[in-house]
Amino acid sequence: MSRRPTNIVTEPHWLFGKLNLDIFPMATDPIVLVTFIVVAIGAISLLGFITYKRWWGYLWKEWLTTVDHKKIGIMYIIVALVMLLRGFADAILMRTHQALATSSTFGSGYLPPEHYDQVFTAHAVIMIFFVATPLVSGLWNLIVPLQIGARDVAFPFLNNIALWFFVAGAMLINASLFIGEFGSVGWLAYPPLSGIEFSPWVGVDYWIWSLQISGIGTTLTSVNFIATILRMRAPGMNLMKMPIFCWTTLSTASIGAVIFPILTVAIALLTLDRYVGTHFFTNELGGNQMMWVNLIWAWGHPEVYFLVLPAFGVFAEIVPVFSRKKLFGYTGFVLATACIALLSFLVWLHHFFTMGSGSSVNAFFGIATMTIAIPTGVKIFNWLFTMYKGRVELTASMYWTIVFLITFTVGGMTGVMLSIPAADFVLHNSLFLIAHFHNTIIGGAIFGYLAGITYWFPKATGIKLNETMGKASAVLWCSGFFVAFIPIYALGFMGVTRRLNYYDNPEWAPYFITATFGVLLIAGGIGLNFLNFAYSLWKKDEPENIDEIGDPWDGRTLEWATSSPPAFYNFAKIPHVNELDDWHHKKQNGVAYQPIKNYERIHMPANTVAGPIIGVLSLVFGFAFVWHVWWLVILTFVSMISAFIWHNVFAVKDYYVEIDEIKAIEEKWQKKIKKALSKKAEV
Amino acid sequence: MVKASNIKVYAEEYHQDMETDTVFGFWVYLMTDCLLFATLFAVFAATPQMPNEYGVMPSEIFELELVMVETGLLLASSFTFGLAMISMYNDKLKSVFAWLIITLLFGFGFLGIEIYEFIHLSHHGSPITLNAYWGAFYALVGTHGLHVTTGSVWMCVMFWHLKRTGLSIPNQTRLSCLSLFWHFLDLIWIVVFTMVYLLGVL
Repeated sequence: MSRRPTNIVTEPHWLFGKLNLDIFPMATDPIVLVTFIVVAIGAISLLGFITYKRWWGYLWKEWLTTVDHKKIGIMYIIVALVMLLRGFADAILMRTHQALATSSTFGSGYLPPEHYDQVFTAHAVIMIFFVATPLVSGLWNLIVPLQIGARDVAFPFLNNIALWFFVAGAMLINASLFIGEFGSVGWLAYPPLSGIEFSPWVGVDYWIWSLQISGIGTTLTSVNFIATILRMRAPGMNLMKMPIFCWTTLSTASIGAVIFPILTVAIALLTLDRYVGTHFFTNELGGNQMMWVNLIWAWGHPEVYFLVLPAFGVFAEIVPVFSRKKLFGYTGFVLATACIALLSFLVWLHHFFTMGSGSSVNAFFGIATMTIAIPTGVKIFNWLFTMYKGRVELTASMYWTIVFLITFTVGGMTGVMLSIPAADFVLHNSLFLIAHFHNTIIGGAIFGYLAGITYWFPKATGIKLNETMGKASAVLWCSGFFVAFIPIYALGFMGVTRRLNYYDNPEWAPYFITATFGVLLIAGGIGLNFLNFAYSLWKKDEPENIDEIGDPWDGRTLEWATSSPPAFYNFAKIPHVNELDDWHHKKQNGVAYQPIKNYERIHMPANTVAGPIIGVLSLVFGFAFVWHVWWLVILTFVSMISAFIWHNVFAVKDYYVEIDEIKAIEEKWQKKIKKALSKKAEV
Repeated sequence: MVKASNIKVYAEEYHQDMETDTVFGFWVYLMTDCLLFATLFAVFAATPQMPNEYGVMPSEIFELELVMVETGLLLASSFTFGLAMISMYNDKLKSVFAWLIITLLFGFGFLGIEIYEFIHLSHHGSPITLNAYWGAFYALVGTHGLHVTTGSVWMCVMFWHLKRTGLSIPNQTRLSCLSLFWHFLDLIWIVVFTMVYLLGVL
């Protein structure tokens, strides 16, 4: 039962390209059919609900066209969480399939090999590009301008476009589920397997265009945040008085600005190989597959630090707040962050020690890799010593931090094991590797984002998440992680390689079955995350859930000096910063919440129509490219350029907020503050 | 909420520092573009010329005189763009126009020669599909050419801006960014000329 039609179109039709009636996998695959029906019902009822509630105008005006960094951040996070469900569904498919995929249990699993290969490819691509990366962009957008005392990012329009490029990429990868196929080549699409000779249909093309479009978005976001942090900090905030999350953002954005162009070029060259017939990575005429592997890992390894450094930043915000102490060794933390960012460029070869570059090259990259453990270890001690002798409050955010510290340390140490070239020759491409990087990405990055979402949820919405559910979710995620991945570590030592859709050693089956139970525990954790959002928003009027004045945790940095959610201009008056953790010191010195005497009108960027339009066009552009519909490619490309030029020449780019409006908003908040503070005084 | 689209208000009250932020951000963008070219250069450098039995060698087919003219045109265009910027600082709109038009013509000349060269090479035994070396050649030189095309389109849009609002502060910022972009492409071309053409005929 193959998902690929037997008669692949190789000569595209002038009007329809490679599109025809044989391209719908639901016709042959019941799993896809059921998924399609569920997704279709969900989508239709959602669209119907929005229409029934007449929300389209509101959505368009307040969300889709917005340049407000906070709303853009929220949209990134929402789409990323939806994509998390998709990627996790793939994980469940893989785990259950492998649990059943030996003759000693139930035959050969239930996924045809072709489908299984697409599932593991899609799982990784979605989790890295459409869950983790947008969660990073989302948290940056939500928090960084607030923390540096700015009213928006440096390039609000580009920020909006970057969001829509990401959404277009995500839509494209979802389209591949129902129209055609996705790549069955692994998440980094190594040629020559991903070349046109061995992957003749559209799966790899979907891979190419979803990553190319969203990757350009990430480049733009990185440039945007470098400019924002370096140019738009509040007066008095020099770099060493900047909140630590901004430091990790600056380091990460610098990594992003360096590596995403490499990804763009690598994918463009593969595109030329597939569409034009060049020989960059083919088997003949000078093609060099190892060049692809080098290029893709020159992007890929720094990318994992791109994912994890912001999570480190989140923990370094949370730990001081809930230990009621300043961060231990701020300067050391900053240096460690910058050091990791630099070292991240010097280790890519450890992904292919087995290439055979010789012992001296392997030794260099092995040692460089081990070196990264030093600044990372510094950070572990930063967090631990911040808690030491602090008055630690075990809130849900702290639960996430503690499960992170336990899990990530294990992941870091197995990474050091893999960095020894001799050991890597044995462990290369085994399940040990799989367990290692899940250990760092789930235990490091994902726990960090979830901690960040828990911690900043009241800032974004004005409502606190339910603490009990948050804690239970952290415990479930953590225990689920270990139940799922310790057996996978063990399987790695037993010599099981990655991406197996069938195995004939019955001794492995119990480990795979145990791992499946672990995934179910994680499913409980994810379920609780979503339940928590729904429950907290439903109970939003309960007094203990409301964040009245905007500082629910007694925070230390500037984002807590605004109301929750903050006014669209963030600060009526740009704060003057005197020291690190300025907001904490303002509260200590009794100069917080001072009413503003003389208001000034505020210059703000105006919403953009061009952003979402270019986003939709880029989606159609990518789709047309995948299916070789050339007239549509040209049409959408010209339209995108025209829309951009139209925006550039004609669009209204800014406006002024008048004093009356600011005054009304600020006085309403001031009243709330007074009420809350007097209540506090009574208690 | 009062719309500030009225150009005069815009020019008077626009914050000066926002303009320098834009130029700074554009610098950062250029650095990402630089990385893009660096990757292409690395690919080109790592892709050796194929021996003669696999097709034409670059030394047999490159026409250095033509590439020399191309280089001259692009360098001249960088110079004339510099003159346009001086006119901008002296607030002489007409001479900005004049120098930009000359710059654009030089740019078109460059592109014309490049297109001729590509067609010539493709029809005389070295199309992009011939082997890895020629793929890397077209990818690198072509990406530079696409950038020059983008710059030319941008310059046309710039004329539109200048016609509408003259040398307003936003337009000065736009001109500064475009000039950075144009000089940057010149810089890249010098490396292309050396690495691709001079080393190619060695």
